Amino acid sequence: MSKLTGLGGRLYTGETSFDFIGKRRRWYSISAIFILLSIGALAIQGLHLGIEFKGGSSYTVNKSGISVEQARTSVAGAGIPGEIIVQKIGNDKVRIQTGALTSEQSKAVEASLTQTFNVTLESIDTQLVGPSWGKEITKKALYGLFAFLLVIMLFLAMAFEPKMAISAIVAVIHDVFITVGIYALVGFDVTPATVIGFLTILGYSLYDTVVVFDKVRENTKSVAAVGKVTYSQAANLAVNQTIVRSANTSLIALLPVGSILFVGAGLLGAGTLKDLSLALFIGLAVGTYSSIFIAPPFLASLREKEPAMQALAKRVASRGGAVAETVTAASARPVFAPSANRGPRNQPKRKGRK
Amino acid sequence: MSTPNKTVKSPARSGRSLVILAVILLGLIVTTFIQGASSVRLGLDLRGGTSVTLQPRASNDANKITTEAVDQAVTIIRQRVNSLGVAESEVTAQGSGTNRQIVISVPGDSGRRVVDLVGQTAELRFRQVLAESAGVSNPADTATAATPAAGVSPEINARFAALDCTNSANRQGTGADAPTDTIVSCSREGGAKYILAPAEVLGQQVSAATAGFNPQQGVSWFVSLTFNGDGTKAFGALTNRVTTLASPLNQVAIVLDGLVVSAPRINEAIPSGNAQITGSFSQVEAQDLANVLKYGALPLAFDRGEVQQVSPTLGADQLHAGLLAGFLGLGLVVIYSLLYYRGLGLVTVGSLAVAGGLVYLLFLVLGKSIGFTLTLAGIAGAIVAIGVTADSFIVFFERIRDEAREGRSLRSAVESGWIKARHTILVADAVSLIAAVLLYFFAVGGVRGFAFTLGLTTLVDLFVVFFFTKPIVTILAGVDFFASGHRLSGLSPKSIGIKPTTNQVTTSTLEA
Repeated sequence: MSKLTGLGGRLYTGETSFDFIGKRRRWYSISAIFILLSIGALAIQGLHLGIEFKGGSSYTVNKSGISVEQARTSVAGAGIPGEIIVQKIGNDKVRIQTGALTSEQSKAVEASLTQTFNVTLESIDTQLVGPSWGKEITKKALYGLFAFLLVIMLFLAMAFEPKMAISAIVAVIHDVFITVGIYALVGFDVTPATVIGFLTILGYSLYDTVVVFDKVRENTKSVAAVGKVTYSQAANLAVNQTIVRSANTSLIALLPVGSILFVGAGLLGAGTLKDLSLALFIGLAVGTYSSIFIAPPFLASLREKEPAMQALAKRVASRGGAVAETVTAASARPVFAPSANRGPRNQPKRKGRK
Repeated sequence: MSTPNKTVKSPARSGRSLVILAVILLGLIVTTFIQGASSVRLGLDLRGGTSVTLQPRASNDANKITTEAVDQAVTIIRQRVNSLGVAESEVTAQGSGTNRQIVISVPGDSGRRVVDLVGQTAELRFRQVLAESAGVSNPADTATAATPAAGVSPEINARFAALDCTNSANRQGTGADAPTDTIVSCSREGGAKYILAPAEVLGQQVSAATAGFNPQQGVSWFVSLTFNGDGTKAFGALTNRVTTLASPLNQVAIVLDGLVVSAPRINEAIPSGNAQITGSFSQVEAQDLANVLKYGALPLAFDRGEVQQVSPTLGADQLHAGLLAGFLGLGLVVIYSLLYYRGLGLVTVGSLAVAGGLVYLLFLVLGKSIGFTLTLAGIAGAIVAIGVTADSFIVFFERIRDEAREGRSLRSAVESGWIKARHTILVADAVSLIAAVLLYFFAVGGVRGFAFTLGLTTLVDLFVVFFFTKPIVTILAGVDFFASGHRLSGLSPKSIGIKPTTNQVTTSTLEA
């Protein structure tokens, strides 16, 4: 711990510095590979949608000592069409999933199950979803997603600056693609709980990005006027200064999510908790990555295209400072050189600001 | 709340914030006592029960999905569900405008019956009355009941005699009447019972119905209705046949949901397809009858979107799992904060405790006042919020450290760190809030529960940061243990990363 906190100090001063902005091509490439993989997985395998989206019925029988085979035989006896998926959940539960059934077919399945396992109707947990309902849910989820992206973009454009909003949204879309890709690749079930988790993740990922951008904005406010560092260098310092904070917030956020996942997957086997926390867990990891490796470099790329920033980069380069593309710890340091009269200089300024 | 141009806040100001917090906490506690709210209302997925989501569907041009139609459907379904007599069952419309779903929730084991009940969309039917009597049960009186009607079997007569319409269980509006059967039925109010002939005109043959007012005959409301082509023929034939018969055979019952809404006498044959029902209607009664005639059983057709039945066992399991996950998550966050932030970690723990207390009290109060129920998704939202809440503290603490690295005294680091952290926290929480609000409006069922808790806890987080965490840190900054940078305070030079040399670095150039 103390090692980490010491690192926080060194990162803050620029004594230790990771080059996040300069090596952006590397991060972009890594992300591009992941996004291509995701698109491939989506195209080839597609998402494994839960019955809530495609319509269907699910019956969970609670009784110890029952087997998957028994359940399968029992349901097959009810004479219903389509594929039947039977899963064992934990030690004493069996879940049977079928396609969308009519009321009569559903009753037949329930009758058959109550008879086979000698349980009451009330002790079977059922979920019946009509096919048109699934479409409705899907539509709503997509609307929600688009409305969210739009509103957030507007909000961030107002709270920060338009280019930050664009970069933040790019990072979020990046997160969406990779998370969806992971779901397609691994074949996790996508349920409404997954979608909730997913939308929450977008919020989280933005939270991280907001923390980083807040510092970037602070550091780059007067970068052109001072003329000692380029926009990229100032932004890179901001990322380094906030990285401990990002790591901390992500870890803290991950702890409760991890415990939901642990309890949800371990004790309940399946259901809302597991689906929700799995999406959160994956999304958080991807979101933390993008808030450090994607959003700030993208922002820097956008800003460096501005004539003022290009002029600044030239000025800095001609002063013999580092070239914007390759900021290293060593070259960045002279910029933040020790100033002998630090104390007195700081005192009045602080009073003025409060 | 503080503003950027204020000077250093005195401990007195911090004290005032804490007093406000205490007053609000106390107020909430008193409210729960006044309301008598002793436990959080749990959703069906945590205590077992059945919920059914119905999706309105416009079956033809005549019944478009309008806000009124959905409202009326909710009222009718609520009546049906209430007739089952299950405590705490709920019928609500979710969503906005015409794009709304009707969600029926029934706790406990009895949900099965509800699913069956609301699954049937009962038809409106016109049946000739074969016998009528007061609604009380009189099994001995089979003779009088059986009076006239040809084709009424002794079995029907016996059922008619035994039927007790004063018992609400017999007025459940099952809609289970087959149009081709002769049936016994109660009036909706239970004051009369009938033997009814097979249906001759069906609800879908009514093309229009309106309530009207005739000023010439004093205060007299009536209902006029128009039949379509088939309906005109059928109704003409029916009225032509019964109008000459003796009472009660000259009555035609309007049967909805298996219950007699009205049984007007037919004064003359009506071959035109335009009929008027007169009587001592009040305005409301006339309009209700017109609606019934116009819409049939329900103003809309419904697709059964989703049926979910959770057994009480699974409910209890999910509740335990949710609580366990919550405590585990909370515990881990507390341990991490203490390890990393030492003394400051205690502030995190205290803030989380205050936030937790506020959220719990709000759950209690909202459960009573707006019927808030805590679902599994809601619990998950609250647990996730632990992370969001703790994040705010980290943002704040790291800012304090940043400021301390620039050589400020702890007290001034706290103030200037707060001003910078506040912006970040406000923006980040606003993002969370936007997410919660949008989720709430775009989603149905469990997702809404999640969104509501997330939004609520985000607001609580903001409140706690402003009214508890910040004032406490300000006060602690004056305490020697923290101000001197004690090894365990979390603000020691070592943990902040300041090297006690003159070669200090500053980022003042970037700050100007």
